[in-house]
Amino acid sequence: MNWIYDPWPWYISGPLISLVMFLLLMVGKRFGMSSNLRTMCTICGAGKTSDFFRFDWKAQRWNLIVVLGAIIGGFIATNFLSTDISVDLNPTVIADLQSKGFESAGNAYMPEMLFSNDVFTNPKNLFLLIIGGLLVGFGARYAGGCTSGHAISGLSDLQLPSLIAVIGFFIGGLVMIHFIFPLIF
Amino acid sequence: MRSIIYLLIGIFFGIVLFKSEAASWFRIYEMFQFASFHMYGIIGSAVGLGIIVIQLIKRYKMKSFNGEHITIIPKDRSFSRYMIGGILFGLGWALAGACPGPMFVLLGSGYTSIIIVILAAILGTFLYGFVKDKLPH
Repeated sequence: MNWIYDPWPWYISGPLISLVMFLLLMVGKRFGMSSNLRTMCTICGAGKTSDFFRFDWKAQRWNLIVVLGAIIGGFIATNFLSTDISVDLNPTVIADLQSKGFESAGNAYMPEMLFSNDVFTNPKNLFLLIIGGLLVGFGARYAGGCTSGHAISGLSDLQLPSLIAVIGFFIGGLVMIHFIFPLIF
Repeated sequence: MRSIIYLLIGIFFGIVLFKSEAASWFRIYEMFQFASFHMYGIIGSAVGLGIIVIQLIKRYKMKSFNGEHITIIPKDRSFSRYMIGGILFGLGWALAGACPGPMFVLLGSGYTSIIIVILAAILGTFLYGFVKDKLPH
């Protein structure tokens, strides 16, 4: 049973993600997480400001339940299915991150600098989390999907628009890590 | 009953994302440094098997558990919205280290500050709806 408690290798995890996509298709739904962010806007009353949010959000209730499940899944995996959650990174990446001030690299699941409660009293890091979130939300809706909707569902269906979006994801990610990170960390 | 199925699929998805480390900020950073095969293996094998699954569904006109035909609506043709939207998303993905699935998984894992990312992502979605008609699509 030890394999459950260790990190799961890519050749197990990847096919299990395809299984999630397949199960959602088999219950008549589509795999896509970022559309929940739009639903949440609608529930909060965003329909008053833009037509984009005027739709029957109850038709998307199923997806919100999937999100609730994902939260519970995160709780279960962290508390009951893991012994050591530190991520075994490439040593060069650990050295590189530590030189940038990410001291927890190699010993944690998430960088302490951004994801410990200290961030609430650190204006710079708080600002970075807000900018990151804004870009994810704005970009996902502009591109019409995120990693699940485009990179997994769309590419699996050989959709050219999804390939363009995924290339965009990578251009953005590479620019952030290679050109913007040296300026901010 | 159906709600329970959606909930179980969500729980399974959350466990897979956490245990695969795809929800780890560090793994995303490492991926954009091309320093590990791990994330490429996950996405590559998910898409590889996904292509086979979708081809089989189409070829054998498979029906869902409810007996409905599974139809997948093709995405609208465009270049600019996918490229520009994609780049903006990628910038945020690398900075926050979480995309819209993992951010909820991490909330369950107990990383309180991810709530900032989630609220900002909802706000970003709202801003998109606000300026949508002025953007090239």
